[in-house]
Amino acid sequence: MNLSRREQLTGRVFLIALIVVTLLPFVSMLSAALQPRGTVPSGLEWPSDPQWGNFADAFTAANMGALLRSSLLIVAGVVPVSVLIATMAGFGLGQLRVPGGRLVFGLFLLGLTLPFEAVVTPLYYQMQDLGLLNTRWAIILPLIGLYMPFAVFWMRAHFTNVPVELSEAARVDGSSTWQLFWRVQVPLARPAIASLTILMFLWTWNQFLLAIVLVDDATKRTMAGALGAFQGQWGTDLVLLCAGSLLILTPTLIVFLIFQRQFIKALIQGSVKG
Amino acid sequence: MTSALGSAPTGRDDRRARPTPTRAHRSRWARAAGTGWLYVLPALVMYAVFVLRPLVLTLQYSLYDWNGIGVARWVGLDNYLTVFTDSDLLKIIGNAIVLIVFFSFIPVALGLLVASMVRRITTGAFGTVVRTILFLPQVIPLVAAGIAWSWLLSSNGLVNQALRAVGLGGVARAWLGDFDTALPAVGVIGAWVLLGLCTILLVTGMSKIDPALYEAARLDGAGPVREFLAVTLPSLRQEIGVCLTVTIIAALASFDIVYISTSGGPGLQTTVPGLEIYRLAFSQRQVGLASALAVVLMLLVLACVLPIQRLSRGEKP
Repeated sequence: MNLSRREQLTGRVFLIALIVVTLLPFVSMLSAALQPRGTVPSGLEWPSDPQWGNFADAFTAANMGALLRSSLLIVAGVVPVSVLIATMAGFGLGQLRVPGGRLVFGLFLLGLTLPFEAVVTPLYYQMQDLGLLNTRWAIILPLIGLYMPFAVFWMRAHFTNVPVELSEAARVDGSSTWQLFWRVQVPLARPAIASLTILMFLWTWNQFLLAIVLVDDATKRTMAGALGAFQGQWGTDLVLLCAGSLLILTPTLIVFLIFQRQFIKALIQGSVKG
Repeated sequence: MTSALGSAPTGRDDRRARPTPTRAHRSRWARAAGTGWLYVLPALVMYAVFVLRPLVLTLQYSLYDWNGIGVARWVGLDNYLTVFTDSDLLKIIGNAIVLIVFFSFIPVALGLLVASMVRRITTGAFGTVVRTILFLPQVIPLVAAGIAWSWLLSSNGLVNQALRAVGLGGVARAWLGDFDTALPAVGVIGAWVLLGLCTILLVTGMSKIDPALYEAARLDGAGPVREFLAVTLPSLRQEIGVCLTVTIIAALASFDIVYISTSGGPGLQTTVPGLEIYRLAFSQRQVGLASALAVVLMLLVLACVLPIQRLSRGEKP
């Protein structure tokens, strides 16, 4: 490292400033959440008598139990299926190299930069026709489709790099395509699949637009969608709003802190490849 | 969805693998091609039904005047004409472009600054803590970032408190409610969300640069600025491309942050295309116009992102 000491020091100072700026919004919210109900909190001021009970109030007001259950149901509906069918498609396109695969892949690439706003209106009418409006299916089914461009792109990139000789060897041993896929390729693809799973969990949990357009009932939405409704309802009660928001954030934060190494790896790879 | 899964192949048709592999694996693959398609099909079906079909419908709606319930009336390109001539809609598209400065340029510039000074985040515990914290804004929903910053930027919020503390109480205001500051204030929220991601991506890219390049530059008598321009920038081309792509899409297609923090106000000061599409389609029942705006937004994203991809992937990554 041939950086001068002074440069190193300025770098550190910048980095620490960045950390402080990143954390301040959370700290400010916490300080507001702990003020007595009905008072008007100001910026950052540690309360003399922290009202931890506000969190209990917010838990009831936000109907946290129902929200958690709803988000989990949506994640359970979206993530396993998306990961499975994207892995299969990636295998088909990257390893089996099906004829016409390039064309199909190009079709998927088309959707890679697609803003969700571009399709949300027709999706609304489509869900209405299917009779699925205001059910969790209205979020689950479109999300699976919308994730396919990235997910297939991701898994194909992995399978393209696996040497074809591996598949050949498995075939010589007399295994069928499905056995080859399930017993040989999927175990090898585990790191790619893990990253994909993490990203899809995060994107689903935080999905907002589809939730507010397609589902009216906050208890049938994703966490982010529910938070939007919570703000609409308690926007004027700043203390409760801050407590509720922090509470709604907690599950994500816990999952993030437990798997933070994998999360960061997935996010870095995810944006580099996307 | 279950029916698509039901088509998962059993693989019975090609169980008889040849015991003596010849060079002719092409024919073997051809035999597997039919099976191969079964693997691609479920993903393709979901994509076609829930993305391609709506996409075609958006194109179709955009050529009609339709309130979502009654009979649609063909109007040709009139809706597009409205998008490009209506002063409100032009302003809204302009807002999204202004947001690029905040969502994209500021995080990338600051990220580069930090990266060129830090070069690598220490691998130990300190590094882990730094990375974890800088990634926090990426993990929480944008809605939460919107709520937190609405509070920070409100009249009693932390920003004004800090300004008063340093004697600048005169400029204190409700930043998101003020005609002049609302859009930059929304931009600051976006910058906060994306800054950590850009910094980490750039520092990660930085740590891959061969230190010998810097030594060579120093031997040639390059100062920090020359060194940055001659070594750092070219080496980080791919990472910068990634950052710009991700952040520009976030700016142009922004919705969550604006919806929560300002609902597009005051006036139309912070209304962005995503929000206007939502409003036109679901409150004002102008599905045709909403769809035309959606098509324009989609093309705008492509027009910004494709050249960047070209430039940054000029050579094989």
